[in-house]
Amino acid sequence: MATQTTHHVAMTLADHLPILQVLIPFITAPLIVFIGRRELAWPLAFIASATSFLIACLLLSKVIGGGVISYQIGGWAPPLGIEYRVDAANAFVLFLVTGIATLVLPYARYSVGAEMPQRTQTLFYSLFLLCMTGLLGVTITADAFNVFVFLEISSLSTYVLIAQGSYRDKRALTASFNYLIMGTIGATFFVIGLGFLYMATGTLNMADLADRLAGQYDSRTVRAGFAFILVGMGLKVAIFPLHFWLPNAYTYAPSAVTTFLAATATKVAVYVLLRFIFSVFQPAFLAETSTLEIIFYPFALLAMFAASATAIFQRDLKRMLAYSSIAQIGYMLLGIALLSETGLMATILHLFNHGITKAALFMGVGAYALRSKSTFYIDLQGLGKTMPWTSAAVVIGGVSLIGVPGTAGFLSKWLLVQAALEQGYWPISMLIVASSLLAVIYVWRLVETLYLSAPNSEQPIREAPLSMLLPLWIVALACIYFGFETDITLGAAKAAAQALLAGSSGMMH
Amino acid sequence: METSLAITLSMLLPASAVVTNLLFRNNPNLRDGLTLFAAIATFFVVLNILTTVGNTTTETFVLLEVIPGLELAFNVEPLGLMFAILASGLWIVTHIYGIGYMRGNNEDDHARFFACFSFAIFSVMGIAFAANMFTLFLFYEVLTLSTYPLVAHKGTLAAVKGARTYLSILIGTSIGLQLVAVIWTFSIAGTLDFTKGGILEGLIAGPAVAILLALYAFGIGKAALMPFHRWLPAAMVAPTPVSALLHAVAVVKAGVFTMLKVGIYIFGIDFLATTEASVWLMWLAAFSIIASSVIALTKDNLKARLAYSTISQLSYITLGVALATSMGVLGGSLHVVMHAMGKITLFMCAGSIYVATHKTNISQMSGLGRAMPITFIAFLIGSLSIIGLPPLGGSWSKWLLIMGAADAGQLVMIGVLLISSLLNVAYLLPVAGKGFFLKTPNQADPTKFSESPTLVWGPPAFTAFGCIVLFFYAGHIQAFLMPIIAAP
Repeated sequence: MATQTTHHVAMTLADHLPILQVLIPFITAPLIVFIGRRELAWPLAFIASATSFLIACLLLSKVIGGGVISYQIGGWAPPLGIEYRVDAANAFVLFLVTGIATLVLPYARYSVGAEMPQRTQTLFYSLFLLCMTGLLGVTITADAFNVFVFLEISSLSTYVLIAQGSYRDKRALTASFNYLIMGTIGATFFVIGLGFLYMATGTLNMADLADRLAGQYDSRTVRAGFAFILVGMGLKVAIFPLHFWLPNAYTYAPSAVTTFLAATATKVAVYVLLRFIFSVFQPAFLAETSTLEIIFYPFALLAMFAASATAIFQRDLKRMLAYSSIAQIGYMLLGIALLSETGLMATILHLFNHGITKAALFMGVGAYALRSKSTFYIDLQGLGKTMPWTSAAVVIGGVSLIGVPGTAGFLSKWLLVQAALEQGYWPISMLIVASSLLAVIYVWRLVETLYLSAPNSEQPIREAPLSMLLPLWIVALACIYFGFETDITLGAAKAAAQALLAGSSGMMH
Repeated sequence: METSLAITLSMLLPASAVVTNLLFRNNPNLRDGLTLFAAIATFFVVLNILTTVGNTTTETFVLLEVIPGLELAFNVEPLGLMFAILASGLWIVTHIYGIGYMRGNNEDDHARFFACFSFAIFSVMGIAFAANMFTLFLFYEVLTLSTYPLVAHKGTLAAVKGARTYLSILIGTSIGLQLVAVIWTFSIAGTLDFTKGGILEGLIAGPAVAILLALYAFGIGKAALMPFHRWLPAAMVAPTPVSALLHAVAVVKAGVFTMLKVGIYIFGIDFLATTEASVWLMWLAAFSIIASSVIALTKDNLKARLAYSTISQLSYITLGVALATSMGVLGGSLHVVMHAMGKITLFMCAGSIYVATHKTNISQMSGLGRAMPITFIAFLIGSLSIIGLPPLGGSWSKWLLIMGAADAGQLVMIGVLLISSLLNVAYLLPVAGKGFFLKTPNQADPTKFSESPTLVWGPPAFTAFGCIVLFFYAGHIQAFLMPIIAAP
């Protein structure tokens, strides 16, 4: 009997995985505040995020072959009720978000301890989980308005998280405020866009929206709605001219926060963009409105060059990496613009590969910030000798950022160039590699600073603590591992690209 | 031994030397001894491959598939095996020399130096046994990155600048041009496997063939084809063992080896010949040969002169591919060995002079020949081999190249090769000549200098002897290489 019961419970749990994915961090976050004990905050947060990661793995394994899981909240059937849908595209993003969170938390323990006063640490972990909840919710939901709700959850907690950097540098406050304004404008635009779509269709469920929008592409309301959504989400993605909030936010946020945001937040926004332009609207709609020619190609290419060029001239490593992120988002947009299976695969793969690459780099930066008390190049001189493990991992991340073969970053670039060549756009393929060469310049400036310059400070600098090195090396090695082993990443990217390209029929069961 | 096991071992052994160097960084004798052991073992493993497979092409052994159609795969074929024997054999010699040089010269950071050195050899083995262009490209880039710290080794401003030029040109050309060429090839042929007769015939036509070839020819920056040659003189700031093995043998030969592979197994010699896509490359290679020889004449710094000489000699091999005839390719392939043996001798002699006297400029070397006779005799032999005089190895490859040019009906190229030989005489012989026949100009007494330590003069003497031996065994190597030009 006992075994039967267990079996029954397990079945139920497995069925509820989609909601548990969001619920576990969501409930743990207030729990941490209620318990209010600093020594319990971290373990609880870690358990919650590790469990979430486990759930994400289970979900991904179920849908990587191309399946879809639909979950109706409270048993209310869509389109009236809220539906959670898991397919390869968002399961892959869930995997990234929870995986990075689970690695960042052990890292954060020491880093947060050093960068923030004790009294705010409990709240920090609570907010961290809340931010994660928001990101997971945005990713998993199939209800357009629900996207907005979770987006606000993640954004509001992000503003506070960034402001925590003020204990290290007061400019974190203005950075956070700046992001608050920009982020709110973005969210408002997004919700206005949703309003227009709701006006035209009377529904908010994505599949239902797609269905009802099909006949109304000429409607001005629908087109205006699309434009609002694109610009609103574009702000969150930090598409090139809408990126002004990002460099300061990344630079002044606490190291652990920067790592988490850089690896996940913009990636989730890219996913939402993909979901809206491919599943809610049809690829054909993009062609009809020339969105790709007017928005995606020019701004993607502009980002790749302007942001990379700006990155070269930065004096602060953290800010350099922030600009590099903006440039890398250009690659993802370019993959979308190419509008082919290979192109989308490149985008989705790069979303993941760049996530882990930037995680490695920002974790390294956090270690420097801890030991050298600064992330300016001038204070990083010669750290290759004094912090050999951190620096070696940073070099691995840097090499993956360039896209040297044998690293994760190489594969996504390969796919992107291949996608451009498939379409016969060889000038674009040349531009992609040319902008990679800009990455060589800014990464190598870092390498020279670390290894070939004489140390600047008199005090001896120690290697970072093991609790920071370990997560750092896990992501650094992941950058290499996923450069060779592609069953998970490429498999998910392929299934996701196929589902997305199928348009709204990819949303059907 | 299973071939797959042997290939794996030939790469694992240098890789393990990287680890032992880092582990035993504070125990110089154990560290250097273990590396020497790894070098010798690697050489024997490669020789074992030679005895078991000879000059046949083995089955491909796939390590893993990265993207469908893109595999990390290895096999043995004559050209690659020749390259592997060359690199692993000369690694032993250079390692012995390197121990003597680094200790004799009081250089710093031996462990890092030898670790990177072993890592470079690891990548060379990967290049030699790569079964497709993807694998080759991967190790090509690893080779660039692993040699970068060697160029920057001294950490001086000059070293940092040299290393920057080195890296920017090599990475710039490989990612900016070669990668595009590789992906382009993949997207039209659907494969990157090295196949006899090439994989492109019938799939690409017209000017696109020449463009693709240009992407490869300039993208393979390690072949130092002008105008992407600046990295090689820049790399001369590295300690001499690096210049000797890496910038006379491993790295530059990896470049021309890639060029040969692309010509033979990606395009196919017949395809190149019928489309005439390589004619422009032939002229550019000819220009590169003459121009860099002329520049070499103007260089007083011995290593810089040798570097420009290398650029010129590498273009011989590129020329061999561009001629698109069997003889040209064969001559080019043979020249890989002959030039390697000659040039490594010259570089090791330059290092030997530096260790003994700390002189780097040719004008300061007058009269030194009498103080260090072995070094200077070895230098003379190496010079004669590079010039291409019998009874030295270099004469055969030049002979075959001239025949290749005649086969292609390019008589001008015969002229280019002959003029180049004369230029070689003009810039190489004065070094030994001044050493032996001129008096030391100022008050300095030549007798105050003596021969460098045994570990430093021994290796170049050995390779100089090798240049003579190669003259008599060139026929064997040629016969060994025949399958690469046989009809598919």
